[in-house]
Amino acid sequence: MQPAAYTTDIKGGLLRLVATGDWLARHLGAIDADLRAFEDDSVGRDITIDISGVKRLDTAGAMVFERIIAACGARTRASAIVGASSAHRRLLDNVRPHVAPCEIAPAHRNAFVMMVNRFGRGLIEGYYVSIEVLNFIGQTLSTLMRVLREPKRLRMTSIVHHMEEAGIDAMPIVGLMSFLIGAVVAFMGAKILRLFNAEVFTVELVGISVMREFGVLLSAILVAGRSGSAFTAAIGTMKIREEIDALRALGLDPIEVLVLPRTIALIVFMPILAFMAAVLGVIGGGVVAATAMDISPVFFVGRLQETIALSNFWVGLIKAPFFAFVIAIIGCYQGMEVAGSSESLGQRTTLSVVQSLFVVIILDAFFAMFFLEIDF
Amino acid sequence: MVGHSHREHVIEVKGLRTQFGDVVIHDGLDLSIRRNEILGVVGGSGTGKSVLMRAIIGLKPPSAGTVKIFGEDFYATSAADQVEIEKRWGVMFQGGALFSSLTVAQNVMAPIREHLKLPHELAADIAAMKISMSGLPPDAGAKYPSELSGGMNKRAGLARAIALDPEIVFLDEPTAGLDPIGAENFDELIVNLKNSLGLTVFMVTHDLDTLHATCDRVAVLAEKKVIAIGTLEEVRRSEHPWIQAYFSGPRGRAALEAKKTDAASAAKKD
Repeated sequence: MQPAAYTTDIKGGLLRLVATGDWLARHLGAIDADLRAFEDDSVGRDITIDISGVKRLDTAGAMVFERIIAACGARTRASAIVGASSAHRRLLDNVRPHVAPCEIAPAHRNAFVMMVNRFGRGLIEGYYVSIEVLNFIGQTLSTLMRVLREPKRLRMTSIVHHMEEAGIDAMPIVGLMSFLIGAVVAFMGAKILRLFNAEVFTVELVGISVMREFGVLLSAILVAGRSGSAFTAAIGTMKIREEIDALRALGLDPIEVLVLPRTIALIVFMPILAFMAAVLGVIGGGVVAATAMDISPVFFVGRLQETIALSNFWVGLIKAPFFAFVIAIIGCYQGMEVAGSSESLGQRTTLSVVQSLFVVIILDAFFAMFFLEIDF
Repeated sequence: MVGHSHREHVIEVKGLRTQFGDVVIHDGLDLSIRRNEILGVVGGSGTGKSVLMRAIIGLKPPSAGTVKIFGEDFYATSAADQVEIEKRWGVMFQGGALFSSLTVAQNVMAPIREHLKLPHELAADIAAMKISMSGLPPDAGAKYPSELSGGMNKRAGLARAIALDPEIVFLDEPTAGLDPIGAENFDELIVNLKNSLGLTVFMVTHDLDTLHATCDRVAVLAEKKVIAIGTLEEVRRSEHPWIQAYFSGPRGRAALEAKKTDAASAAKKD
């Protein structure tokens, strides 16, 4: 095997390129830059390419010869490739009509313009998306009203299925996380409160923070990550495979069949998860109190009952169905927005988790202000 | 190229057995493919046409038997040798299987960049040529697969399959889902490429018209084996009930009639 090589000379006023060796794609990388420079220097001149010394030729090699001819002498002039064997001649003839560059990727514009463009596009899209999400919420609620009037249309099997997938299957991880968070809060609290000789207040710290905030927030975060994304992926895949269109064509309402069962299942199950998270968080705190401090479980529970108003518990639980609603709605909405490729599915799944976490935390902040104002 | 005899077998499958769990798809299957021929593989749904293709190209390791490609036992060679063999074939999957995050031109350039390490400009020129050869307009290069029709996706898949000037091209149902005109163009394209690039083509198909228009030989899969192989005429003469039903049904006869009419009109022109 002999790499492609060439020499150029001028004979009788005619430019000549003599090629030797194997003109195969893998050898051409080494000489392509030189050949391009040669083409640029010889624009408009007649050229003879002698390929009688070429051993093996593939389409890439043939293309390069044809490209040189096209770049140097215009077609009408006396430029030619000579010395080709019949097999090489056939290859050249087959390649000739196809030698023309094409666009590789959509044209890039100025980076600054692109940035401004993206920013503006993002703002406008944000505006339309919020309208569309409101629209989607309205559609879901009106479908819910319609279904409630005709309870037979409520898909119990589907609801129970999603309760299991999004609820029961999430219990171990939600329980473990809140147990650990309760324990960590107790540790941190004990360490700092000890400075003031007020270690007993660890009970209040754990009780209030876990019941009011951490229990429900942790449940919501885990459910958004586990189930919100699963909703988007499942509905998005159905969208790509035209199953949503098939539902519509069969006279079924995708919102009623797909969105409503998921939303109802989450709304029903999220308070249960939040309740469990609160209980396990308190237990986590209690375990730390009993092992790392000298607060016995009996004292812990007694103080919990004495000092912490029941309202803290209710505040946590009231928020749960609202969080569930936004997570389910955003998950399903993003699934419905999937279009075309599997790449869009990935993007939408990411968006679904990011947006539902964002909205859950904003909502939580509003709840905090609200309950503060009404002194609950 | 070095002089290969016309009868040389580029692919030799011997005693192939493939199975998914307890379900046996092929058992004792033998098949040979000659250089520079178009072999059509037909068979009813579920007879394992695509599985056979996957077994040959290394995606579905067989539980018994050998697959020899260019005389080398594919599943017994080292990983490095397997890559060398893989560079010498191109595969077009049913839906085109283009990478959706890349444009058509970038898809065609992907194997060129990975295997040949050519400068960007040269790789782009080669890609443009292959795109044009597969019958796509030049402006298709900068488009993403999701912006193209099914037929154009298949053409782009073919352009990627021939990017490295392969010796063998595997086509999985190349004309499925195309309109008759598109399918006919695709048939012509395959025959043209075979003649101009000296390709060997392994084609899984359901399309009787494609069989008539393109294939030098046809292999029929049934009962976990190749039950008949040969030219269309030879295979048609087989007594096997499935083959009779396949070629002598209304569609089979229509495809044959169409071919005869074509031949007659071509003869008149001459």
